[in-house]
Amino acid sequence: MKIKTMLTTAAAALGLATAAMAEDPTKVGFIYVGPVGDYGWSYEHNEGRLAIEEEFGDAVETTFVESVPEGADAERVLTQMALSGHDLIFTTSFGFMDATMNVASKFPNVRFEHATGYKRADNVSTYSARFYEGRAVIGHIAGHMTETNKVGYIASYPIPEVIRGINAAYLHAKKVNPDVEFNVVWVYTWFDPAKEADAATALIEQGADVIMQHTDSTAPMTIAEEKGIVAFGQASDMGNFGPNAQLTAIIDNWAPYYIDRVRAVKDGTWESADTWDGIAPGMVELAPISDRVPADVKAEAEAMAAAIAAGEYHPFTGPINRQDGTPWLAEGEVADDGTLAGMDFYIEGLTGEIPN
Amino acid sequence: MIRLEKRRQPSKRWTYLTPPLAVVAIMIAGGFMFWLLGKDPVEAIRIIFWDPLFNEQFASYSRPQILVKAAPLILIAIGLSFGFRAGVWNIGAEGQYIMGAIAGAAVGLAFFPTESALIFPLMVIAGALGGFLWAMIPALLKIAFRTNEILVSLLLVYVADLYLASVSFGALRNPDGGGFPGSRNLQQYPSAANPELIAGTGAHWGVVTAIFAVAVAYVLLNHHRIGFEIKLTGQSPRAARFAGVNPNLIIAVCLGFSGILAGLAGLFEVSGPSGQINIDFASGYGFTAIIVAFLGRLHPVGILLAGLLMALTYIGGELAQLMLGIPAAAILAFQGMLLFFLLAMDVLTDYRILVGKKGLN
Amino acid sequence: MDLSAINPIVLFASLMVASTPILLAALGELVVEKTGVLNLGVEGMMITGAICGFAVAIETGSPALGFLGGALGGAVLSLIFAFLTQVLLSNQVATGLALTLFGLGLSALIGQGYIGQRPPSSGDLVLGLDLMVFLGIGLVALIWWALRATRLGLILRAVGENHDAAHALGYKVVRIRIAAIAFGGACAGLGGAYLSLIRVPQWTEGMTAGAGWIALALVVFASWKPWRVLLGAYLFGGITVLQLNLQAAGVKIPVEYLSMSRYLITILVLVLISVDRTRATLNAPAMLGRKFHASS
Repeated sequence: MKIKTMLTTAAAALGLATAAMAEDPTKVGFIYVGPVGDYGWSYEHNEGRLAIEEEFGDAVETTFVESVPEGADAERVLTQMALSGHDLIFTTSFGFMDATMNVASKFPNVRFEHATGYKRADNVSTYSARFYEGRAVIGHIAGHMTETNKVGYIASYPIPEVIRGINAAYLHAKKVNPDVEFNVVWVYTWFDPAKEADAATALIEQGADVIMQHTDSTAPMTIAEEKGIVAFGQASDMGNFGPNAQLTAIIDNWAPYYIDRVRAVKDGTWESADTWDGIAPGMVELAPISDRVPADVKAEAEAMAAAIAAGEYHPFTGPINRQDGTPWLAEGEVADDGTLAGMDFYIEGLTGEIPN
Repeated sequence: MIRLEKRRQPSKRWTYLTPPLAVVAIMIAGGFMFWLLGKDPVEAIRIIFWDPLFNEQFASYSRPQILVKAAPLILIAIGLSFGFRAGVWNIGAEGQYIMGAIAGAAVGLAFFPTESALIFPLMVIAGALGGFLWAMIPALLKIAFRTNEILVSLLLVYVADLYLASVSFGALRNPDGGGFPGSRNLQQYPSAANPELIAGTGAHWGVVTAIFAVAVAYVLLNHHRIGFEIKLTGQSPRAARFAGVNPNLIIAVCLGFSGILAGLAGLFEVSGPSGQINIDFASGYGFTAIIVAFLGRLHPVGILLAGLLMALTYIGGELAQLMLGIPAAAILAFQGMLLFFLLAMDVLTDYRILVGKKGLN
Repeated sequence: MDLSAINPIVLFASLMVASTPILLAALGELVVEKTGVLNLGVEGMMITGAICGFAVAIETGSPALGFLGGALGGAVLSLIFAFLTQVLLSNQVATGLALTLFGLGLSALIGQGYIGQRPPSSGDLVLGLDLMVFLGIGLVALIWWALRATRLGLILRAVGENHDAAHALGYKVVRIRIAAIAFGGACAGLGGAYLSLIRVPQWTEGMTAGAGWIALALVVFASWKPWRVLLGAYLFGGITVLQLNLQAAGVKIPVEYLSMSRYLITILVLVLISVDRTRATLNAPAMLGRKFHASS
């Protein structure tokens, strides 16, 4: 920051200060863990970046560095962003957490926004999406749509975020269809199209007629389309890949949040915060529900989404027992955010174990 | 017809001339690629090669970072160069790097949260040992059964990589990590941390060790019997045997030495810049180091320079993404092309190009 | 746990599909290595084939032309390796690694305009399998026959066993090796195109996700024998498909250790063939990775 101050002072001395300050665009940086071409996680964050450009035009300047390995490389990229005059930096992967904290402590005047983490500071906010709200809605649809009563679930890693999604979807599928079974396959990758395709194939061959995924590639959707069954998109609207197969998709829509935060920086109202938004402000969005879904089911699903958005319904409302039968939530009790954030157990009715 | 004639000695003149020539060639070819992508070629090349070193806004930061990025590459490449000179092809340094990091980190984490000045030295020993033992597998198989070490060492990389994933979720997982994979951050555990030794220089123990390794390798190769034996084995295994060199010893020394250095590189990285064992901990240093070893013509000082050049293109490449919006893919292609040019121009050092009728091939 | 949900015939069919990319790439690499050249750039050639095949299929609307384009893309990329290692005599290990870097970058650049598109359907199925699966098996037979019973095979093996002797006999060592490298590139490209056109089917950056490296291990596992490459491809590809199927059936399995086993078994195979010296010399090309320069 010292260097930046020096430059500003020098500019002021030259009498350019007022002109430069007035037109000085807000500089916003992004680092992505994957390529923007993954059509999944990093792609959606980049869409958010483009939305900022659209919203503010010349008043902002955005930059990004893609495919940054978590660890030492992330810390270096972040430092270089801070040094090159960025005002606000979004670090869009959980694994960037420690690097974000380290760099933030060295640059108190630069604001950082870390996705899905839990460490904060005066100049570090965290944000994440309540994807489980969307999962509850697709669980409801899945429960109605399955004829074999087998739902195939492609899971990435056994972390709370993923486990929460499985629980939310299963809970709501079971409510409308007590016979439903979830077959969960852990692929241990966020992004390996071939492996995800194989997993989808395996599930379908074993009788699943609805596929859900918590991995980033569009491969499972493509396979579902080919095999003539139905599936739910993840991260992006995957309608392109499954014009017949996609019932709806849970879309990560970071744009409203990103635009808000950039505006806060411009207005000087930015403050460190912990944001965990869901359907209500539009961070979690559902793609238009396909006509394959019967009208009454569609209406119920939309009503559920509306109730969640209005705060009238929480997807984890008791009574809910854990897998081993011990009670978790009593009648009418609502899950607290702390338990949800660290969820490491299945709820009652799910078969199989969470691998360790 | 153009043909090549092998020089008796590599040409001194071309040894020094080819690297700058290759850099000029990549500036032209790379500039053309950036131009095709709709970017200003001159600015792109300036940002990659010049700005990390001399840009007044951030060169004071990126210059030491080049050392940090280069240190593991140099350390591993120095170890590999001994084997490559003797005809012992360890291409599994990536696996030895991973196992060194796991072994070292495991020792550190076992003591958590005890503070003691002995912990870090113990971790260093464990890291070296981890790399050494992993490298001894191909060495012993080669000695006992003449099994091809290229293939065994490569296969062991996959095994090490899967083991890394396994411990990230299992044995070394941070119990306070909110259920996410990955170990505790060693940077936040003073007894196990490998911080900057002098603030602002980037230099951590890995950088110091890398420079030390360059010096030691230089002395060993030029002024010690083992260096002579290694070179002789590479040039003529039969002559070496007549001179009383034990080929099995050479295999063990070469693989063991490169394993130790790769293991150390992994340990210094996990306890320093990277901080934790995680699924994505291995980012290909072990493979890039092979290229660095060849670019440096297997000479310690050459490896030092080649490591710095590679590190420069990494850091300059990030800056080019940041400042010009050049996609990461273009930087990968750019690095690939730079290596092609450097490797291609080596021919001038080892061969004389003759233009004449007597073409055979 | 419900193992009855697994239908062995269906399982075997999807195993064949899953194995085809590595089978094709490994067959190409086998021929390359038989002539004494070690090309570590398989991953780079595969992914270049994946995007070239995909792009051609999208532009022409023909999957067949797409496969041709994929093979061509892989072959053209491999010619860089051929030129550097055979004409300019650069080190094969380093050049192969550089080729992978370059291929990953180049493919992503070409692919920028193709993200989010769907390739034309390849349609024709025989017994529920596409033609490429059978083509792969046919290629195994062809290479086995060619290496074993034809003059061409004899020459290829001679070059790989002792390039100086082959040269003395009047064979054009360099040209033969360049041709083999290009063939290897075409096979790797075909394997990549199979990924992007049939198995996944779509284009995304980095979609080969290490398949090229598995193909390299597979050649060794097969101890340079075509039919064993087929067997190995089913085992290697099969382990992944099998573990996914077992998981889907509710069986708890240690995923990492199962994946590790294929590499450990490969090392074991390697040790076994090197213990038996006489057989080792029959299989492993003696000149693997060595430079050839005709001094006269």
